[in-house]
Order: sequence, then structure tokens, then C-alpha cells
Amino acid sequence: MIRVVLPFHLRTLARLDGEAVLRVAGSVTLRSALDALEAAYPMLRGTIRDHTTFQRRPFIRFFAAGRDFSNEPMDVPLPASVAAGVEPLLIVGAIAGG
Amino acid sequence: MTFVRVLVGTKKGAFIITSDAKRQKWSVNGPLFAGWEIYHMKGSPVDPDRIYASQSSGWFGQIIQRSNDGGRTWEQPGTPAGAPTTTPEGMPMGESNKFVYDTSPKTGKPLTTHMWYDGTQHPWEFKRVWHIEPSLDDPDTAYAGVEDAAIFRTTDGAKTWHELPGLRGHESGPNWQPGAGGMGLHTILLDPKNKGRMYVAISAAGTFRSDDGGKSWKPINRGLKSDFMPDPTAEVGHCVHRIAFHPSRPATLFMQKHWDIMRSDDAGESWREVSGNLPSDFGFPIDVHAHEPETIYVVPILSDSLHYPPDGKLRVYRSRAGGNEWEPLTKGLPQQDCYVNVLREAMAVDTLDPCGVYFGTTGGQVYGSADGGDTWSPIVRDLPAVLSVEVQVLK
Repeated sequence: MIRVVLPFHLRTLARLDGEAVLRVAGSVTLRSALDALEAAYPMLRGTIRDHTTFQRRPFIRFFAAGRDFSNEPMDVPLPASVAAGVEPLLIVGAIAGG
Repeated sequence: MTFVRVLVGTKKGAFIITSDAKRQKWSVNGPLFAGWEIYHMKGSPVDPDRIYASQSSGWFGQIIQRSNDGGRTWEQPGTPAGAPTTTPEGMPMGESNKFVYDTSPKTGKPLTTHMWYDGTQHPWEFKRVWHIEPSLDDPDTAYAGVEDAAIFRTTDGAKTWHELPGLRGHESGPNWQPGAGGMGLHTILLDPKNKGRMYVAISAAGTFRSDDGGKSWKPINRGLKSDFMPDPTAEVGHCVHRIAFHPSRPATLFMQKHWDIMRSDDAGESWREVSGNLPSDFGFPIDVHAHEPETIYVVPILSDSLHYPPDGKLRVYRSRAGGNEWEPLTKGLPQQDCYVNVLREAMAVDTLDPCGVYFGTTGGQVYGSADGGDTWSPIVRDLPAVLSVEVQVLK
């Protein structure tokens, strides 16, 4: 199982109190983690990445085990500690707007 | 018992404000969808407890919410609790927030570009839903006006949305361009007397009419003059802020253009200016009295550079002659040091007698009048900036 921490507004949308805990089949990457997240919480589809291009929305960032994965290819494996559920994948709304 | 429900969309959430038919004491419920921009909320005319809301965020994009119980509970259509979350192919099913422009050659010329600020062509990019117009006869059917300008329709209660590509595919599409506030389709009027006839308005392309249920469209901007355009009387390019009609006379249209109040008596084929004695003919909303088709309301704003009322006085102007002759309505409205704006979607009328008129400001007040505009009082103060106001009368 992996753990995903969502920003406040997406937790509200998904009606989640804390972290999302998800089963990911196969290699744990950003793509497989987001696929699992959107399958479990379909109301989040389109809020993190585009419906059709799957591009990350501009003000969304991905952090895992102290690293910024926002601009990494979607199929790069996430750190073992995230894949093992020891540390969460952080999905963050960027500070923007001044 | 008759009661009134005012649906208010703001920069930071939605509010539902209710009163009995006297419209003197109001109770405020909210914020709903706290922290999100609510561009518009509107109920179905055939099932007033079916309400659609457009919820959006610069971070997380567009969400469509739906209530089936008058706003007490909400859901994103397509994702009911306990239902399967994926298709047999394994794809997530929640698609209520999916607005994808049509690119099918079967449904029209797949237009992909419009005019950008620098005169080059720019791809259409979905940003948000400005306006939701529920169908006049089916609660599961609604139209959405979006930015970048296009019209979408749902026939399954907002589970899925599909573009009506004939509008964007009109041959003038490559000449449409955004105004300062983006290129939004912000007004949709459904003609109750002529099935299939509908009007839309786009900033800054102009007004368009369909006579076949949204399949094909024609620009209806003859008579409009916009001095900021290279050709001030061009077929498209006008910054129309709002259009309105009375349901009993849907061929008579009233328009608040960027500058100028305009009127058409032939379903938009031709327009004439009726700004008359207004202190400024710049503004955003325009609306029509529920029982007097020649009584109309506007809120003059000083200019496009100064988005506040002339002289620091918040005045609604009413014409009982369908334009040209206007009277200021000031009783109960601030008449000094007032520098709020009233946005295009932020005015509505109720169907009680006397007619109620409501408008919201960027300062967070919603003012109401239970006597057709003669006197006003705030039904709520100090909300976030108001983006939209709709009103329902329920029995």
C-alpha cells in the first residue's frame, strides 16, 4: 500500500480526513500512483492532471522522500520508501498568488 | 408556504440565502465549497431543487456540483457513493468535470485556434465554466458556457458534457479574441416560445443565435459599435457584457455592452442604442422586471479603466420605457464613498409581486429590493466578492 497526502481542497473534494491509502499494482511511479488515486477517488480526476493529456496542472507539485518529482517523467519509479508506504507521496498546491 | 432562495456565488464559496415571501428577514447558509470560486449556481426551472454549481480553482481546475435537494447536499455527478469507480476497462468514471473541446470532423470543422492578443492564432484552452443554464423542460439537461468560449451540453444531469461545436466552428471563430477578463461565454438564454432558439454572448466576440437547438449559429451584432476595434462595426469582436429578455417577449433583447446599453426587437438581427440619460453607459449586468417587459435595470460603472460607480454612489438605474429614459434608484444604497463593482452574473429578479430585484457587489454585499427597486437593503453583508446571483421562488 502507498500513502498519498493531498492538499486541503482536494481532501475536501474526496471527503478524506487524512491520507489516501492505495494499492498500486506493479511498479510504483507517479503515473501508477495517480491512476490508483483517481480510480479510488474519481472526483479527483482532472484536478491534478489533465483529463486527456495527463499533464500535471501548472500549480501542482509532487514530492517524495525529500525529492521534487514534479518535472520528472511520469514513469520514473518513486523511492522505495514511498513504494513501501513508509513515507507518503506529497501532492502539493504551489504557493502562488502573492 | 412560498419562500425565496437566493443562490450567491463568490470568490471563496457559495451561499444560499432564504426568506419568506415578504423578503424582509433573510437567513444565510454557507459557505458551501469554501475557498473555491463559484462562478455560477442555477436551479432547474422544472425541478427547482435540482441545482447546478460551477466550482473552480486556479490550482485544481473545474468541478461541477449538483444538488437534488435544494442545496442541502451536493455531489459531483457520476461518482455516487458506493457505486463502481471504474469502467470495465479500468478507467475512472467521474467525468462531471471533464470539458474537452470537440475535434471530431464528423461534427463540424475541428477548429483549434482563435485570435490571441498579439494577432496570432492561439489554441483553444479550457479554463472554467462561467455559466450553467438548465434546460426549460428537462432537469437532466443543462448548457454550460465556458472559457475559452464554447458551449457544452449535458443530458445526463452533468455526469458528462459534450460540446456543441457549431458555435466555435462558425467561420468567424478564428477572429474571436479574449478581452481583459479572458474569452468567456458568459450568457446563455433559452427562448421559451421558440423551441430550439437560443442566444449566447461572448467576451469579446459578441452575441450569437441558434435556431436549431445549438447545432448552427449566426453572429447577431448588427448595430453594435465598439470604438476599440479596428472596424468598430465588424461582425464579431464586440465585448458584450450581458444580454437579457423577458420570457413573454423573447425576441426583444436588452444588452449591456462594454460601453452602451443596446436593444433589439427582432431577435438580435439589429440593435439600437438606448443608453439615454445614464450617467455612464459602461457596466456589467442588465435584467428585466418579471412582470413588466419594458422595465429594465442596469448598474452604471464609471468606465472600463475605473471599475466603480460614478461619484462614489451605488445606483441602480431603472427604465420603464425599455431604455433611453432612466431613473436612479438609491434608497437604501450607499450614496457616498462606495467603490464596489457589480459583475455581469450578479443580478437577478424574482417572480413575486411586487417583483424582487437582487444584486451582489465585489465588496461582498448582496442587496435586495422587494418593491421593484424602489427601496433596497442588504440581505447579507461582508461576503467574499460576489460573482453571481440567482433567485428562485418556491411554493
